[in-house]
This record gives sequence, structure tokens and C-alpha cells, in this order.
Amino acid sequence: MKAIISIELYKIFRRPRTYIAFGAIAALIMVIQLGLKMDGQSYAAFLMKDINDTLTVDGKVLNGYLICYILLQLLLVHVPLLVALIAADMISGEANLGTLRLLFTTPYSRTQWVMGKFIAASIYTIVLLIWLAFLALFVSMWVFGTDDLFLMKSNYVVLIQEKDVLWRYVGAFVFASFSLLTVTSLGFLMSSISNNSIGPIVGTMSAIVFFTILSTLNIPLFSVVKPYLFTTHMNNWKEFFDIKVNENNEAIYGTILNVAKIKTSLIVLTLHIILFVTASVIITKRKDILS
Amino acid sequence: MSVIQVNQLSKHFGALKAVDGLSFSVNQGEVFGFLGQNGSGKSTTIRMLLSLIHPTSGSIELFGKSLEANRTAILEEVGAIIERPDLYPYLTAKEHLQLFAKLRSKKITNANIDNTLVKVGLMDRSKDKVQSFSLGMKQRLGIAIALVHNPSLIILDEPTNGLDPQGISDIRNLIQSLAREEGKTVLVSSHLLSEIEQMATQIMIIHKGQKVAEGPIQKLLDPTKMIVHVKTTNDAQSLQVILSGSFSNYLLQRKDGIYLRIPDYEIPLLNASLINAGVGLVGVETRNSLEDYFLQVTSNTN
Repeated sequence: MKAIISIELYKIFRRPRTYIAFGAIAALIMVIQLGLKMDGQSYAAFLMKDINDTLTVDGKVLNGYLICYILLQLLLVHVPLLVALIAADMISGEANLGTLRLLFTTPYSRTQWVMGKFIAASIYTIVLLIWLAFLALFVSMWVFGTDDLFLMKSNYVVLIQEKDVLWRYVGAFVFASFSLLTVTSLGFLMSSISNNSIGPIVGTMSAIVFFTILSTLNIPLFSVVKPYLFTTHMNNWKEFFDIKVNENNEAIYGTILNVAKIKTSLIVLTLHIILFVTASVIITKRKDILS
Repeated sequence: MSVIQVNQLSKHFGALKAVDGLSFSVNQGEVFGFLGQNGSGKSTTIRMLLSLIHPTSGSIELFGKSLEANRTAILEEVGAIIERPDLYPYLTAKEHLQLFAKLRSKKITNANIDNTLVKVGLMDRSKDKVQSFSLGMKQRLGIAIALVHNPSLIILDEPTNGLDPQGISDIRNLIQSLAREEGKTVLVSSHLLSEIEQMATQIMIIHKGQKVAEGPIQKLLDPTKMIVHVKTTNDAQSLQVILSGSFSNYLLQRKDGIYLRIPDYEIPLLNASLINAGVGLVGVETRNSLEDYFLQVTSNTN
């Protein structure tokens, strides 16, 4: 199994396609960071315009923590599409290339191959997320500095003390890794069904778009299924930035408003990962390799 | 000792019987030529031998053990190429061998890898990416992957595809030396029947998923049993002569000409009988190649 994982990682990181996602994330983040560096004050003024009459904010609103939050809101919706580019190609790409038959005639079971490939794709996903975290959080902290995190929610504002922020990002990125691993496993499932490269990539992206629409539509008919859809839970990393308040509406240091929601989301996402990977193993084991 | 033992092997894809009740065995040290037309079931059989396709029924034993129950242990001792040499275009020849060497429990050193590259004539291109390789070079690399872990059983499906005459000759010599000098068992399928004729010790021909001939090549191509194509001005009359006389047992085909499998010493008697009967004899063509034999047995079953 160790050999399979190392070989699969070697192949992933030798393919030029792998670096598209890293390049795309770097380009997007740098463009946004550059824009905010150049014209950040007017953006901050725009953010604050509705509350300027009722609230006076001292310090640096547009700091590295807020930039990271903005970047994650924008990017964590699109990163799954970049993950699908690799994960959905792991089995079907080999079938399309014809190399799957070479792999499946080695002294390893198909279950070992599927699990090894999934672990390798998961490592790729985590590395991509670490890259995202490095650029979005640490580079932003370095370029914009740090201060308290001031977030404008739909009908309230959240103010989190500077020293209470970093662990929340660690939690948010760990949560995001579960979201992205769910996408990885879905891509993997699609990959085990098909024998061509494009179908599973498009299929995974379509499934994410389809279920995201179902998750966001406020139609009673879909309310029954919504809690069970992985897309309903994928963006709940934001829960790490909702903080409990005391009777004076002051934020309580080190707290999360809805821990149960985070736990539920993690359970739903984990169950999806197990379901998708198990289905991939069963399909691959039963398959005749005709390519 | 049988290295491959196949019993009543069948594979059905819906209504299509790709392989139908096939049984055969291959002994250690043999070069076993596996022949059949396109779509005859060769590749399906080879894929079943490598557990890429699940049989509908029947059993496969390799090295005396059930493939189904001992797949992992058995595949340690098997090297194979199947049809096209499909490889990773972004990796070099040497990287391919290094990756596949890692998948074996045997220790395969860098020197083993280099020796394998030398064996297939790719040492000077070992650092080049496969995307720059010709089909013949890919085929050589495919063979190198099959050989790098020094397997006891080598299964080669169309190993000479895309090779130039020198390459074909090199691979033929390599296969022969693997069997003769290293005692390896080789199952090889090829469309180049003359190549199989030169390297195989045993052949099997399948047609429409069924075995139509099997045996040692010397016996099947017995020089005392020539294949004779009789060309006359009147085939109907010739057939009457053949069927009424002692030659009827030798008749192979009546459709696209008259063919007999006949001992060489009987050919003059056949000539005489036809001439005596007043048949206008245009010619008696004797053939004894594997290709002729192949065409005979496969067309007989059409």
C-alpha cells in the first residue's frame, strides 16, 4: 500500500496538469491581495458605510485576518472544481490511457489500488489546501498585518479579538479539508464508473453545482433532503467565526456559537466520504478491464 | 509441470460468447504460441489469465494454484504486456521501470533496471520521456516492464506490434533465450505467424472463442503431412475422385478450392489418380507453413 501511495503521488506531481490548480489559486489570491493593497481603504469604507453612524471602529479593519476571510469566502466555492480536476481522473484517466491494466496486473488487490489512489488524491487535496492557507492567511498577515477581526454578517456584526482568531482559522481549514475530501471522494466515485477522463471531471463539477443549487434553494420540497446533502454542509467552516456573546452582547473569548452544527456537518461529510469511497471500491472490484 | 492450467474457461458479454469452454495447459520452459484471428477471444483469455476480466465460468491455475484464491502471490511471478504499450507520456523509460520495480516484493536494484533496459535496447534512451518514443520503442519499454522483476511466467500479447524487422528479430531472440537459457515460460500471441513459427514450441489456435488446434508445432506442421492445394479444370470431378478413393480422409476443405493434408509420399499417387480419371490438372501446390495451417483450421470452422 505504501508503494502504491508513493507511486501515485509521484505520478500526480510529475503531471503538468497538477500545477494548474496551484497556479490558479496563487494567481487569484495575488490579484485580490494586490487590488485590496492598492485600493483597500475605499473597500473598507464601502464595507463600513451602513454602520458608520452607529459604531466607531478603531484600528486596522482591513487586516490580514479579514483579507483571509474574504479570500476563503470567494475561493472555497471554486477550489472543489480544481480538486475534481485531479481526483476525477485518478482511475478513469488510467483507463483512458490504458495503464490501468498495467497496474492491475501487479501483485496488489484492486481494493489496495483504489485505497492507495484515494489516499494519494487526498494528500494532493490537503497540499492544495495548505497552499491556499499559506497564501490566503500567512501572506495576507505578512502583507496587511494583523488586528481584531471585524466581520459583517447579514444582520449583525462580529468582532473577534486578534489573539482569538488564529485557532479559528486552523479549525476552518481542518473543516475545509473534510469538505474538499468529500469532493475528492465524489470525483473518485465518478472516476471508477467511467473509462474516459473528461466525463468524471464534468460529472463531479455538475454534481457539485446541482447539489449546491438544491442546498441554497428555499423551496419546501427540497427541505427534506437538504440536511443530507454534502453541499449543505461544505461551507460551514464559517461557523468557526460566529462567537457566543454575554448578556451585554460582548463576545466571549474562545467560544463558538454553534459547535453542534460543526459536528453534524463533519459527520455528514465523513459519511459521504465513506459512502463514495466504498462505492468506488465495489465498482472497481467488479469491473472487467477492457480498456 | 504445468505453469498454466486452464479448464473450461468461458467469458460471455451478454449474448456474445467471447471465450467458450477453453481448456489448455502450458508447461514450464515452453514458448506457447497463442493464435487466433481478431476477435477470436485471445485478448479476453489473456486478460482472464491476468485477472483483468472475471471469467463467467471455468478455472485458471497458475503455478499449480488457483488464480482466484492466490492472485497476489501468483502475480508476483508474472510479467505481461497486453495489446498496446500504453505508458505514462510524462515519465522517462527509467522512471517507468523504477515505479514498477517498487511494486514488487523482490529487491530490484538499479543495476537490474539498467540490465533490463540493455536487454530491450533502450539504454541510450532511458532518460527520455515516453512522449517522444515511437510505437516500437514503447513496445520495447512495455516488454522491459514485463521483465524487470525477473518473472517465471511471461505473457506477451502482440509483443512485436510496431517493431521494425530488426526489432522483431531482437524480441524473437530475447523470447527464445528467456525460455532456453533461463527456463522461463512464455505465452505469446501475435499476428505475425511466421514469428510464432520460429519461436514457439507449442501452439494453440482459437476461433470464435473455442480451441480449434493445439499441439507441438513440429507435430502440427508435420513435414510428412503436407497441405496440398489441388488446382484442376474441374473441381467437382476431382472431388469425386478424392472422395471415392483412399484420399478422402485427407480432405480438408472443399469451399474455396481443394485442400488435402496428405503425407508427402502420397502426393504422386494423388496426381496419378486425378490424371487417370481424366481430370485436367492445373497444379498441385504444397504448403507447410503455420500461416497455411492457421488459415486452414480457422476457415474450416467458419
